Order: sequence, then C-alpha cells, then structure tokens
Amino acid sequence: MIPTFQDYLNVAPIIIVSATALLEIVFQIIFKGFKKYVNIFSILGLLISIYFAIINFDKVSMSFSNMVFSGKYASFFEILFCIIGILTILQSSTIQKYYSINKIEYNVLILISIVGMMVMSAGADLISIFIGLEIMSICFYVLAGFARNQIIANEASLKYFLLGAFATGFLLYGIALIYGTVGTTNIIKIAQHYPIALSLDLHLLGLILLLIGLAFKVALVPFHMWQPDVYEGAITNVSGLMASGGKTAAFASFLLIFSIPLAAGNNNLIEIVSVLAALSMIVGNIFGLVQQNIKRMLAYSSIAHTGYILVGIIATNNFGNHGALFYLVVYSITSVGAFGVASILENEFGKNLNINDYSGLSQKNKFLAFAMSVFMFSLIGIPPFAGFVGKYYLFAAAIQRDLTWLVILGVLTSIVSLYYYLRLIVYMYFRDPENQNNIIVTNDFKIAISFSTIVVILFGIYPSSLFSVIRYIFNIY
Amino acid sequence: MEPYIPIFLMLVISTALAIILLKLQQSLGPKNPNKEKLSTYESGMEPIRSAHERFSIKYYMVAVLFILFDIEVIFFYPWAVNFKMLGLFGFVEMLVFIGILFIGYFYVLHKGALKWD
Amino acid sequence: MVNYINYTSLILIFPLIGFLINGVFGSKLKSEKLIGSISVLGVSIPFFISSLILIQMLSSNIDERLYIVNLFSWIDVGSLKINVSYLIDELSIIMTLIVTGVGALIHIYAIGYMHGDKSFWRFFAYLNLFIFAMLNLVLADNFLLMFLGWEGVGLCSYLLIGFWYDRNFDKSTTADAAKKAFIVNRIGDFGFLIALFLIFTNFGSLEFVDVITQASVLQSGDELLTAITLLLFLGATGKSAQIPLFVWLPDAMAGPTPVSALIHAATMVTAGVYLLARTSAIFILAPFTMNVVAIIGITTAIFAGTIGLVQNDIKKVLAYSTISQLGYMFLACGVGAFSAAIFHLMTHAFFKALLFLAAGSVIHALHHEQDIYKMGGLKKYLPITFFTFLIAALAISGIPPLSGFFSKDEILYKAFSFGSFWYWFFGFIGAGLTTLYMMRLVYLTFYGNENFDDSIKPHESPKVMTIPLIVLAILSAIGGLIGIPHALGGTNYFEEFLEPVFKTSNSQLPFVFENITTEYLLMALSVAISICAIWYARNLFLQNLKKSELIKNKFSSAHNILVNKYFVDEFYEKIFINPIKKLSDSFLWKWFDIKIIDGLINNSAKFIQYLSSVLVKVQTGVTENYVQIFVLGVTLILLKIIL
Repeated sequence: MIPTFQDYLNVAPIIIVSATALLEIVFQIIFKGFKKYVNIFSILGLLISIYFAIINFDKVSMSFSNMVFSGKYASFFEILFCIIGILTILQSSTIQKYYSINKIEYNVLILISIVGMMVMSAGADLISIFIGLEIMSICFYVLAGFARNQIIANEASLKYFLLGAFATGFLLYGIALIYGTVGTTNIIKIAQHYPIALSLDLHLLGLILLLIGLAFKVALVPFHMWQPDVYEGAITNVSGLMASGGKTAAFASFLLIFSIPLAAGNNNLIEIVSVLAALSMIVGNIFGLVQQNIKRMLAYSSIAHTGYILVGIIATNNFGNHGALFYLVVYSITSVGAFGVASILENEFGKNLNINDYSGLSQKNKFLAFAMSVFMFSLIGIPPFAGFVGKYYLFAAAIQRDLTWLVILGVLTSIVSLYYYLRLIVYMYFRDPENQNNIIVTNDFKIAISFSTIVVILFGIYPSSLFSVIRYIFNIY
Repeated sequence: MEPYIPIFLMLVISTALAIILLKLQQSLGPKNPNKEKLSTYESGMEPIRSAHERFSIKYYMVAVLFILFDIEVIFFYPWAVNFKMLGLFGFVEMLVFIGILFIGYFYVLHKGALKWD
Repeated sequence: MVNYINYTSLILIFPLIGFLINGVFGSKLKSEKLIGSISVLGVSIPFFISSLILIQMLSSNIDERLYIVNLFSWIDVGSLKINVSYLIDELSIIMTLIVTGVGALIHIYAIGYMHGDKSFWRFFAYLNLFIFAMLNLVLADNFLLMFLGWEGVGLCSYLLIGFWYDRNFDKSTTADAAKKAFIVNRIGDFGFLIALFLIFTNFGSLEFVDVITQASVLQSGDELLTAITLLLFLGATGKSAQIPLFVWLPDAMAGPTPVSALIHAATMVTAGVYLLARTSAIFILAPFTMNVVAIIGITTAIFAGTIGLVQNDIKKVLAYSTISQLGYMFLACGVGAFSAAIFHLMTHAFFKALLFLAAGSVIHALHHEQDIYKMGGLKKYLPITFFTFLIAALAISGIPPLSGFFSKDEILYKAFSFGSFWYWFFGFIGAGLTTLYMMRLVYLTFYGNENFDDSIKPHESPKVMTIPLIVLAILSAIGGLIGIPHALGGTNYFEEFLEPVFKTSNSQLPFVFENITTEYLLMALSVAISICAIWYARNLFLQNLKKSELIKNKFSSAHNILVNKYFVDEFYEKIFINPIKKLSDSFLWKWFDIKIIDGLINNSAKFIQYLSSVLVKVQTGVTENYVQIFVLGVTLILLKIIL
C-alpha cells in the first residue's frame, strides 16, 4: 500500500517537528551564528505544528497502513506536547549560563523527544507506539546526562538507560505475546478479539508485560525507582519535560492500549492496575514527605500523581477518561511550571534546590513565589485551581465504578501530601530569606510561567472550557 | 494448577541437575595447576601487560558510527528487492531516507567525530 | 433593528471592569475625578443598555418579553447543570433599572461626598463590585447564580460597612458593625442554602423556569413547598432586615452615607422582596408561608416604626424607617400583591435613597454630626437639601400626588381586600407612625433653633451632590404616576406591565369585587392620618418641644424600651451569643479542638513522618537494588496471575 499525500498531511505535525530538528542540525553546520536564533526557530516549528494539528483536529483517520491515528485524540496530544515543548524551551533560555552545553543539540533533542511523544499518542499499532517510545526514551537518556561534566548527571543518565533498557525488554516481550495470541499488532484489530482474547492466559501475560513496560515509563510503584534519581540528576528543565511530556505520552498510549481490556472487566488486570495505583499514591506521597531537595520532592509528587491519574483510567467510564485527560493536561502544565521555577532559582548546577533556599522567596520575587504557590495548590487539589477539578473527576469516576477504597486511599494520601506542598509555601511566605542570591528572571521565562499560572487558574475556575474539548475528542476508536 | 506440576518438577530437576553437575566436576575432577596452564592463552602469545586498559574514545566513536550506518544500509535490501513495485514513490522515499542519513553524516563530520588526531 | 438583548452581557461586564480597574490600579490613579468617572460609567452604561432593552420590550408583544441569555456553562457535574445565564423579563428589567439608575445617581453623589478620603479608589471599587453582584442577583436565571449574587452583595455590604475600619461607631467599632451584619446575614443565607438543596433534590434543577413549572403542578399547601418557601423567606428576612434578623441594619449605618443609601436602603435590602416576587408562583402555593410573611411584614413595620420614633441619630431613624417600609413590602407579598410590593420597592428606592443622600448632605455640612438634637434651623443654609428632603419625607408619608401615596395606598388596599381588616388596620397605624417620625426629622433638623456648634458654618453641598438629590426628588415626586389606581380614574401601567410575571400567582388569588367606595374611604383615611401626624409632629417638635419632653417623662419606661430597641440586641446576646461563646470556649476549643483534633492530627502526622524517614532508606541509589525491586514487582504480578 503506497501512502497517499493525505497520509502525510495527517501526520504533518510530527513531520514538521522532525524537520525542524533536522534543519537545526543542518543550520548548525552551515550558519555560524545560528545559536542565537535556535530557540525562536524551535518555537516557530512547534507553532506551525500546532497549526497543522488544529487543521487536522476534526477528522479522525488512520494513515500509513493503519499505523498512526490522526485528528481528535492524536491532535489533542500533539498540541499539548507542542505547548510543553514551547514552555520548556522558553524556560531553558538561560540554561547555557549554568551548564556548558551545546544549546542547539539541546533543542534538537527536545524536539525529537517531542516527536517520540507525538508518535506514542498517535500510535494505532503496538509497533508504532514502541517506536515512538524509543525515540522519546533515547532522547531522554541523552538529555538526562546532558550536564555531562556533573557526576550526578552521568549517574542519572546511566541508571535511566540501564533500567529503561531492562523495561523495554518487558514491553517488547509483551508485544510479542500479544501478536502471538491474536495475530496482529494493530490496536483496533486486537480490540476486536476482546473479550475472548482476555481468557487466553498468554494474551493476558502479554498485556501484563506491556503494562510493566509502560508502568516503568510513567513510574508506577514498584517500577518507579529511577525517577527521583533521574529527575535530580537531569537539568531541571529536562526533568520538567520528562515529568510532563514523557509521562503524558506514556499515559496517552496507556489509554490507547488498555482502555478496552480494562473496560472488558478482566478482574486480574483491574486488580493489578488498582494495586499499582494504590502503591503509587502511598509511596509517592509518603516518600515525598522527607525530601529536602525540591526536584526529588517533585519527583515523588509525580509518582503520586501517576497513581491518581491511573485511578481515573481504571474506572474506564466517561468521568474517568475525561478526568484523566483533564488531569494530564493540568498536571503537565503545572509540573513544567514548577520545575521551571526551580530552574530559575538554581543558579548553578544542583545548587539552591534545597527547600531552605526557598525561604522568603516572596520577599525576593513576588511573581515566582505566587506562581509556585499556585502550582503547589493545584498539585494538592485545592479549589479554585485546576488540580481540584481534575482530582474531583478522577475520584468521582472511581466511585462510580465501585472502587471506593482507591478513592479513600487517594484522599488520605492527598492529605499526607498537603504537608510537603504547603511546607514549601510556608517557607516562601513566612520565613525570611536565608541567602541573598539575586534571581534573574528573563522575559522568556516570565511568559512561560505566566502562561502556566494562568492556565492552572483558568481551568480551575472555568473547567468546562477544557472539558468541552475533551468530550469532543473522546472517541478513540 | 495441576497442569503446571510437571513444569514445576522439571524446573526443580533441571536446576538441581545443573548445580549437581557443576559441583560434581569440581569435586571429582583432578586438579594439577601449573604456570603454563594458568596463563591467559595457553598456547598463544605471551601477554605483555594487563588487558584492563583505557582505549581511546575514538575507537568507540568509529565502532558506534559503523554499526549505525551499517544497519541503515540493511534497509536498502528490502527496497532494492521491491524496487520495481515501489516505483517512483519508493525512490523518492529512499532519497528522503538517504538525505536524513546524510544530514547525520555531515553532522558527525562537522563535529569532528571521525578525526583521528 | 438591533436586538438589545444581545448586549445583556455588557450590563454585567461594565461594573466588573470598573471594579477591576479601580481595584487593581486605583491606588496608582491619582485623580479622584478619573476614578469617579470610571466608576460612574461602570454603572450608567448598564443603565443605558437596560433602558434600551426596556424600550424594546415595551414595543414587543406581551408574550415575547421573556428572554434567557446564556453566556456559558458554569458547572456541569452529573445531573447538576448550572449555566451562567440571565433571565430578562419585566421584573428583572425593572430591578436592573432601579439598581443601575439609583446606583448611578448615588455614585455621582459619592464623588462629592467621599472627596478627600484616603481610600477613595477602594470605595468606588467596592461600589462597582456591589453593582456587579447585585445585577447578578436580579438577572440570574437560576437559584445558584442568584445565590452567588446574594453572597456577593453581602460581602460588599460587609466591606462597605467597615469601610472606615479605623473609626468608632456607637459603643464599638465599624468593624464590629460590619461583622454583625455579615454574621446575622449568614443565618438567613443558611436558610436560603438549605432551600436550594431541597429544591435541587426534589426538582432536579435550579432554574427558575424549570422549578416553577414543576412546582406549580403540586397541590396548594404541599409540605415540601411550605418548607422551601419558609426557608427562602428566612433568607429574605436576613437580607431584608425583617424580624427576627433585622438587628444588623441599624448598625450598618456605620458605613459612609452613600453606602447606606445605595445598599442599605435602595437596593440590597430589597433583595428579599425580589426573591419572593421572583418565586411568587411557589409562594402562592404555600398559604401558610404567605400568612407568616404577611404577619412578619406588618409586625416589623409597626415594630421598627415605633423604635424610629425615639432615635436621635438621623441615619438610624432612616434605617428603622427602611426596616418598616420593607415590612410593608413583605405585607404586600404576604397577601399576594407582588406587583404592589415591587411598586413600593421602586418608589421606596427613590425616596429613601433621597432621604439618605439628603441626610448625608446635612451630615456633610455639619462635619459628621448625626444627632438631630444638635441640628435645627438648617433650612436657610441648605435650601436644596431641605427642599429635596421635604419632598422625600412627604412622599414616604403618603401625601398625594407624591409617589409614596400611590404605592403605599395600593399595599394597604390590597391588604384589606386580599388579607384582612387587621392587616389594613396595622398598616394604617404604621403609616401614621411613618409620617410622625419623618416629620420629626424634618422639624428637628431644618426648623427651630440652631443647636449646632457656633464654629460650624453650614453650607450647601457642591453640585455633584445636589444634582443627584434633585433628580431623585423629581423621581420621588412623579414616580408614582405610572401606577395610578383605577379608582382615581388612572391606569396602573406598572401593574399591567408586571402582569405576565405574576400571572401564575395572580390566578391563585381570591376574586375580589372592585369596590370603589371602600377604596376611596381607605385612601381618605390614610391621607387623613398622615395629615394629622404632620400636624401633631409640628405641634410636638417645633412649637412645643417641652411637651414632647413631658410625654417622654410620662411614659419613661415605654420610652426606655423604645430607645433600647425593645432590648432585642441584649436578648440575642443573652440567649444565643453568650451560651455559644461559653460552649465554644470551654468545650469545643479547649477540650475538643486542642486535645482530640489537634492531638489526633499531630500524632498521626508524627507517625507518618517517622514512617517516611524509615521507608525512604529503600531508595539506596544503587542501580542493582532498583532492578531487584523491579524484578520483585514483576514476580509478584506474575504470581498473582498464576495463582
């Protein structure tokens, strides 16, 4: 089957971001002064990509011999990833100052990792999802160690790579078993074999292995161990990208693959996923309590949020699916913002990341303190911030599906999490500054953080704006 | 559970067998070590110094790049076999593929990864 | 032709913009004129738009005068769907016009009154916010949005009563007065909220149209409806200062006078009446509640009127007068004469706002003197103020052909024909009381000896203050002419205009023959009692001050009770406030809160913290361990499948 022009048009957002990355490589060779324009060039590429995603938004179709979806669901995530990419690049504008890095390569890697995310969320076939996942992961392995003269960064990169490769094995084995039992890797064709296929032990095993592979990527307990170390070692903005884009992409494929088998009501599968969600909520929040390093704290918070989102996905009803998507958007934007604030305070690699360094931030820089408080409140789930609405939907969904125990656990662990989020706010507002670092906030950075803050508040006050979009896109198949 | 009992038994037996055989040859076999026997290459060259040595990064670079481009070349085979069927479209696609490879090659070249000194 | 309904959102947006500009940038705007004009524009543009809507409405068919403007969906959770949408009909447009019209005049007046205040911008920001909330209240098409406005006006009222938070008021501070208003209102709001819950659980909707359609199917006297209406009425008594929740309004006079005029006389306090009118179709099906409403209304009217007789603070007299007039409106609601209530609401907005503003002008002239016994003889110093005050006083006294005559007379007549002789009789007595205390104010303030300090040279207020007075005086004088009763050969345009809104409730009323003779008789009686009262007041407070002293001494115990407002405040203090305070202090706080709750929380927090510090050692940082845990996880999952 020879692809048609329409096929290319359908995946235009992906092609454009890839092309931007390739052009940046070429320009690096050809133009000497390209370094100055690389940020604006990347952002331009991402914006064009958003434009094409919006054009494709209304029509759902499959391209390249049913390998990738486009429109609605795919476009939604493509737009989200482009926005995350733009925010990350804006926030990285001062990054060279602290790390002697090649800015162009940094941009290229971010762009390619976004290509990977897009492919993951648009994948209509286990193979394309796998390819997307690998494109993304390999970029992340490199990005994690990008501050390459730092031991901690090297360690993070190597750990991530070793464990990631290990997890990939499970993922591939799972795909192989699924292919072996139903004779196809196409998601829609697999879905046609349900629920009969679920009674095959080997198929179930395949799903479980696939689940483990993805659980590693989204950092579900007990496959989460890499996350705090990697987030700590990576450049702070990269950690933000991993926490938002990487996690969202993995969840996007998770929804694509698992919403049907979960809805089919296989008890084994549901129980396993529920336990993973429960463990993530407990471990993420309890381990988060004693963290002094802001990046580690956010890493554990990220693990806990993975659990919350999974609660909605397990419910597999409208509430849950919509809530999960809503929460993914909100969580992505929030964590990009929170890591962004952390990155601006970090004036040297790994410095000023302790919670004590946030003392009296409100006196030093009102804007940053306010933005960080908004993010923290949203992560806790306090109205009127968007996190509250998201959590409400997720928990409501679980109650509808008779998973009350998960909800009780979720609420209890949220209360536990209050402590470490609020502690940061207490430090920022009720303590005097301990050191006199001057904080330089560039305009790029201001734009990015203001955007995130506004989004978090807007979706909290007026969630139906996002929900109407989600409701519209939500028919995956 | 019942059908798994043979498998379980087999697992136990094979594990046990492996351990027993290893232990058996250790304890039963005669041990007469001498210098020649313990040397790295019993009937080969004399080792000059320790093999735990640092290699120049260049070897790795070349090796990795070789594997990279080597594997890319493999993609040419299926294309070549189906060349007639794919026609112009396949040709253009291949040009794009080679183009991307080329960008990578030039980048490598530009970064000086292939410079030996 | 332009459809002005499309501009409804602008009505709400302008005050909000005014609030945002003044609230955010106000402290940086140096010019009082600029702040004032932004604020005035924020109210007058909506007035202009709603006038256009009214004109459009008048030129359209009677059946086509109801519009619902949906802006956006606000809450959409399960079966609860709340839109931010606005209901434009005859009733809400009249309320909008009153709020924005009177509001705009008071805004203009306030530019002069608040001149030189250190928080000038804050005042106007609050005022605009109030207008925004009030418009939400009157335009909302569902209970929840109305409740939002309801709470919003409560908040603004609180902020504005305590506007001069550093000043003393009575024996305490303005801050205390503000708190009192807020807390007393909370009791009413509680009733309102419970009513909302009941409505939602039983009708599954909070939209007025839906609820009323569903409720009208029910039997008259249905217990559910009685409960809902009683709770709604509890809310109304809070906001509209009726027995038993009226105690906050006199204290609310701690706020600047324009606030008293706008919020505590013309608009916010009438929200309760509006609520009853809006849900008249439900109330009419609950005869028990209707009786309660009427009795509370008439009792309040007499009760507050008597207290008003002996107060010496000019604003407090007006405050009790407001409570009393609101009582009349509730009386009208209680007998089912909702359009009469709204009519009186409108005329009352004119003349009571005018009375307050004129009183403000007096206070302004006398450098914040509010005791009427320290005034007197101001007629020649403040001619415009005097004249406008007099018109308003005569209007409220029901002297024809001023506006108060028509509206009050309609209420009394309806009370007689739909209610009972006694409603009419007490209303009639109340009318006499009204005239008496109003004329007492007029004589003590503007006539007689100059009792104020010699150092004060009273002078007429600037134009920015007097022009609103004049406009309001004109409105007070002729405002009643749109509702001339049939008996006098006129046409009650007002009632006809509101007819579609109250169609359901009117159909439930008993049919009464229009007896012109009775109506003439009642009118004559009420005019007669007013004139008698004027004469008596002149006798007592101008010619024969000694005699009033004599009466005071003769009935000293009764006088004492009145001066102390029937000891209601003290009664509430003893019966409700003190026991609750004691309980909170010794039991809830020192035992339950500190020992049980704090103890529980602190100890569990400590425990989790400890747990965390122990568990975190699992995170060794060694990759091998990570892989081990990974494999352990995989193994457990696989075991789970196999077993």
